[in-house]
Amino acid sequence: MGDHHHGPAKGLSRWLFTTNHKDIGTMYLWFAFAMFLLGGFFAMVIRAELFQPGMQLVEPAFFNQMTTMHGLVMVFGAIMPSFVGLANWLIPMMIGAPDMALPRMNNWSFWILPPAFLLLASTLFMEGGAPAFGWTFYAPLSTTYAPPSVTFFIFCIHILGLSSIMGSINIIATVMNMRAPGMTYMKMPLFVWTWLITAFLLVAVMPVLAGAVTMMLMDVHFGTSFFSAAGGGDPVLFQHVFWFFGHPEVYIIILPAFGVVSQIIPAFSRKPLFGYDSMVYATASIAFLSFIVWAHHMYTVGIPVAGELFFMYATMLIAVPTGVKVFNWVTTMWRGALSFETPMLFSIGFLVLFTLGGFTGLMLSIAPADFQYHDSYFVVAHFHYVMVAGAVFSMTAAVYFWLPKWCGRMYNESMGKTHFWISFIGFNLTFFPQHFVGLAGMPRRIPDYALQFADFNMMSSIGAFIYGASQLLFLYNVIATIVAGKPVSDEKVWDGAEGLEWTVPTPAPYHTFEVPPRIDPAHAHS
Amino acid sequence: MTSTSTEYEKYYVPEKSKLAVCATIGLVLSIYGAASIMNDMTFGDPSEPTSSWSIFLCGLFFFMGTLFVWFRTAIRENIAGMNSVQLKKSYVLGMFWFIFSEVMFFFAFFGALFYVRTLAGPWLAGEGDGGRMNGLLWPGFEFSWPMMITPQEAVGGAAAQPIANNGSFTSAETSMAFAEAKAWYAWLPLWNTLILLSSSFTCHIAHQGILNGERKKFNLWLAITVLLGIIFLCLQVLEYYEAYAHFGLTLNSGIYGSTFFMLTGFHGFHVFMGMTMLLIQLLRSVRGGHFTADDHFGFEASSWYWHFVDVVWVFLFLFVYIL
Repeated sequence: MGDHHHGPAKGLSRWLFTTNHKDIGTMYLWFAFAMFLLGGFFAMVIRAELFQPGMQLVEPAFFNQMTTMHGLVMVFGAIMPSFVGLANWLIPMMIGAPDMALPRMNNWSFWILPPAFLLLASTLFMEGGAPAFGWTFYAPLSTTYAPPSVTFFIFCIHILGLSSIMGSINIIATVMNMRAPGMTYMKMPLFVWTWLITAFLLVAVMPVLAGAVTMMLMDVHFGTSFFSAAGGGDPVLFQHVFWFFGHPEVYIIILPAFGVVSQIIPAFSRKPLFGYDSMVYATASIAFLSFIVWAHHMYTVGIPVAGELFFMYATMLIAVPTGVKVFNWVTTMWRGALSFETPMLFSIGFLVLFTLGGFTGLMLSIAPADFQYHDSYFVVAHFHYVMVAGAVFSMTAAVYFWLPKWCGRMYNESMGKTHFWISFIGFNLTFFPQHFVGLAGMPRRIPDYALQFADFNMMSSIGAFIYGASQLLFLYNVIATIVAGKPVSDEKVWDGAEGLEWTVPTPAPYHTFEVPPRIDPAHAHS
Repeated sequence: MTSTSTEYEKYYVPEKSKLAVCATIGLVLSIYGAASIMNDMTFGDPSEPTSSWSIFLCGLFFFMGTLFVWFRTAIRENIAGMNSVQLKKSYVLGMFWFIFSEVMFFFAFFGALFYVRTLAGPWLAGEGDGGRMNGLLWPGFEFSWPMMITPQEAVGGAAAQPIANNGSFTSAETSMAFAEAKAWYAWLPLWNTLILLSSSFTCHIAHQGILNGERKKFNLWLAITVLLGIIFLCLQVLEYYEAYAHFGLTLNSGIYGSTFFMLTGFHGFHVFMGMTMLLIQLLRSVRGGHFTADDHFGFEASSWYWHFVDVVWVFLFLFVYIL
């Protein structure tokens, strides 16, 4: 049993054997950042090749491996684990729990990730090369025509799924069972709400992805014909199963980002979040709708007209709860005592650019118009506006917002603001022109392109290098803060911040809330 | 705003533990080994010896050993009284959502089955909007379920296919459907249904036994449940043997064989898991005297799992064998 009032163990064993939610959260965050740099490096290779028309640096086959690995590493290695890390750090502190509900399993959920990505990265050096069939790995590219490394890829997906499912079960059990007395569901901070719903989505759809890759495995090695018409199966079946996972997956990525922004905007507006209840219901509606819109990724594959119409209308419906959220954030800022520290800048950047990505999403949801946009750079621009300016910007905001609470030191504000502006400009320079080349007909996932796209592509590449370089500034700022930042000791680092995590000492002690705090029933949500 | 409260028991947060890292090593080794075995089989040179099997087996044994120690630790903590009511609820929630994830795993395969039977199959045979290519790609293919002639066979084999060949699919001579059974009493799925349904019932009787503190009744009916599980698995093996030896029904038998073996195979694997879980609970009760009327979550969780595989079987029996 032992006494829990001690600090962390010394050395490597602290990290290998830990059961502490803060340690595990830290490991997730650093791992995710490492993967962000790796996936970013792959993106730099892509943009360097596309700097000019014609074949520049890499072979087309390797270019395909780069686009595939970039997508896989960013989605499964960077964005998802970063938000799980945030959940680990914050959920117990936000709901007044001593730790996550199942701490040993929590450690296991993390530790299976690094070897899985090591295995995935090692496929680059295998005979036949790494997976080159895109991050959506459509059959038969990923079955009949796949390199042998596909087997390792499949098992990596299995491990990632296992990690996500265990992590999500832990989050659900923590939120449902470990809230401090008086912390009713409708008093939980919105970040906790969005993660509860995200965890439900993960438990629901990661097994479906496991099913999809298992069918691939059987088709590749054991002679089944799930995705082969010759045996009575259908390659389109793969797309249905994949997107039944894949569409909820994009909300798995963006809902925690919504949660983060819903914590930060009120803090720097010095006003409570506008429309808390409607935020919760909007999140739940988005989660529900995410299960019935998957075929909007497949308009051009040849599904019946009735299907196209159903999926088109259902997709458009998502704009309603998302609009509720955007208006709530704007209204929270309305007549607030605004200040523009780095977390707020990234949150406002999120708000503007994510809304742009949402609008292009609405354009893409229109089935007849999508026949023009499908598989063009317009799609690439759209999902980078929601993935990068949406998820990554909000994640960056979260790091600046909570870093002082985590390590008891303040980051360099002017360096943070510089990081924001370089990121903001670099990002838009990269992806805004891609709308134009996409509408003009440039297809995605190609190493070469027609001459008329040259100028916009060069702009894109320069923007990408700027955005990539700005992340090194971020890394430097974070390390400098941890090592030698100006110490802060106020429990409330930000004068407008509300919530239980701001009631514990700064830096947050190794163990918090070993005895649950009592929440005043009259106290509103934060 | 906040004040401390003492009404909650202290929630047990375990000390640092080597379990997670050991389980990771075991899992990753066994998975690396399994992937290598499959690649040896499909892409490898049969004359070249590899160490894939050794890696797989070492990893698997290490993983199993770690899981054994892990569960033993959790059980000992509970017996030592370290688990508060609140912590026990975390285990209940964990098991519930784990079973929910398993439901979704089967949902993917049932979804594939429904999609093929109601949409893709008829389209391949030329029906509806999706069927326009039938005359070009699969002339002469007619859809029926169980699919007794694959599109490939309908056009005269792999060589005659107008599109790229990706395997050879020869449909079964006899399917597992009731219509093809020689007599109802010789139809294995019916017996398997009866066995699995009764095993859920016997499991429930065992549960009643432990709730009333009747250990003998608990042990007896739990043993019967495990036995029924083993009989089910034996009949399943027999069915697979029949399929391969006499029915010509294999994994290569087109989409019917694919869905049949995938659904029944994963279900069978889950029965094996559930049976093993129940067997461990039986050994715990018989040898260790574990479980009391108000504390028997290990058994309860296993029994939920058992009822879950039973429900999956009911759907399987309906949609794979009967309809």
